[in-house]
Amino acid sequence: MDKRLSIIVVERDHERAIRIVDGLREAGDYHIQVIADESGLARRIAEHRPDIVLIDLANPSRDILEAIAVASGPTERPVAMFVDRSDEQLTRAAIEAGVSAYVVDGLRPERIKPVLDAAIARFHMFQRMRAELAATKAALEERKIIDRAKAILMKARGIDEEAAYALLRKTAMDQGKRVADIAQQLVLAAGLLT
Amino acid sequence: MNLVRLRLGYVPLTDAAPLIVAHELGFAAEEGLELDLVRVGAWAQSRDLLGAGVIDAAHMLVPMPIAQRLGLGPALPEFDLVMFLSVGGQAVAVSEAIAEKLRNNGFAFDFADAHSAGLALCAATGGRLRVGVPFPFSTQAELVWHWLGASGFADGVEVVTVPPPMMADAMEAGEVDAFCVGEPWASFAVERGIASLLLPGRAIWASPPEKGLVLRKSMAEDQPEVTGRLMRAVWRAGRWLDVAENRGTAAEILSQGAYLNLSSELTERGLTGRMLVSPAGELRVAPDFIAFHSGAATFPWKSLAALIARRIALRHGLPVDPAMRQAMACFRTDLYRQHLRQAGADLPGASAKVEGTLTHPHAVASEHGRMILRPDAFFDGHMFEPPFDR
Repeated sequence: MDKRLSIIVVERDHERAIRIVDGLREAGDYHIQVIADESGLARRIAEHRPDIVLIDLANPSRDILEAIAVASGPTERPVAMFVDRSDEQLTRAAIEAGVSAYVVDGLRPERIKPVLDAAIARFHMFQRMRAELAATKAALEERKIIDRAKAILMKARGIDEEAAYALLRKTAMDQGKRVADIAQQLVLAAGLLT
Repeated sequence: MNLVRLRLGYVPLTDAAPLIVAHELGFAAEEGLELDLVRVGAWAQSRDLLGAGVIDAAHMLVPMPIAQRLGLGPALPEFDLVMFLSVGGQAVAVSEAIAEKLRNNGFAFDFADAHSAGLALCAATGGRLRVGVPFPFSTQAELVWHWLGASGFADGVEVVTVPPPMMADAMEAGEVDAFCVGEPWASFAVERGIASLLLPGRAIWASPPEKGLVLRKSMAEDQPEVTGRLMRAVWRAGRWLDVAENRGTAAEILSQGAYLNLSSELTERGLTGRMLVSPAGELRVAPDFIAFHSGAATFPWKSLAALIARRIALRHGLPVDPAMRQAMACFRTDLYRQHLRQAGADLPGASAKVEGTLTHPHAVASEHGRMILRPDAFFDGHMFEPPFDR
């Protein structure tokens, strides 16, 4: 009878940590701990002796885990190893999702896989949310620039808003550019002229 | 012209300069390349992204591709190092508590003599020291092990990994007594009043190869055209960087928000070798603190691969001879010759040398006649003879 796997999630963002933990709980019965403050990380990993450590691929503290992973021998307990060596596809999926896992050597692959699958799904979700947020921000910025360009045209040429937008769109089409790019140029040029 | 797009990973450090300059000053565009520079947070991330094909090439610590070859990393496709990006550029720092003891003992902080600094440090600390390095497989780790080992430190030394931007914090929190790190992070700790600088890396070993341009072996071999273009763009950027007048401009470029996001005054120290070694503002000039081109700085000597592999193998209980041979195979002097000859690089007659013999610049036979090699001596006279029969 296997004992419950113990998992440590290293994550500073509270919201994100909760979602990852929820995802893991759905996947199985695990003992999960979150480390939010990375000071003294090496010592704390050694104290907790986890079977698996999950951490953002881009977290600088990963390099500390790398050092633990190569320093400890296979018979010691806090031996974190990297993502399962036998499954290249899983490794790649994890990297693409932005999650890295340090796994105790000798842990059977069928015990690791559900944990990783759950982590990969949650990390993917966060990547998507981040991308969406960035896209929304960019769209908002563009909207603001276009509004300013319209206002400049309306004032300079005495036309209404609809005509101003039509003019921007026609210019953009003629030049093979995006409306936002033309608006940007116009705002910049108007700034120089006033 | 349609530019070929390449994604390059870099860790924000002064020695990422060749990649950043290749992009910013158009050396890449001249070769028909559009570089997409991807800033990464951890060395392990750079390695993983390269292995998974998310990036095409990486700015990497020279010992990293060697450690991968020796099976000390995750299962990823094989990596090759095609050229060095920088030599030197590291600094050793001690906490202000230790610095004060050293001063009280009459130590002058000359920022030059590794022998006297080592003895003074050993006396001031009783031979017990926790030292931070950026990664277990780093030139910094090799410098620290070699220097302290030859300075009378024995079992009292603990070398721990601390990411460079966290080095100052770790010292402030008392987690490390000393560290060896690439610029600007040593100067950053001095600026915050946390550390004093003891030595440049080059005082320990005159020619410590620091970063390399690393590609997946499959890309280096199957896409020679693009690989060659990238190498030439980066090599020309290094040549530009080694013109002394350009270093100030380089500091301005590197300091921008997208790259180091620090003041250019701070970045400039590690590029000009004019270092403030203490929070009190003592200036020391370290000539040739970092090199990107001169004296065959970018040539990936196979003897250096063997030297580093031997040291790593000994520390990790691996058989030394196979380790040296595996490492030599991933330093691609053949590709360096093939791709950089046409850019006008002078090429040494041999691809390996006895390391540690040169205390001064030295002329050797090359394809153009004679070329000047950099000094490569260790402070304690250590020499290393690589296995020449390949």
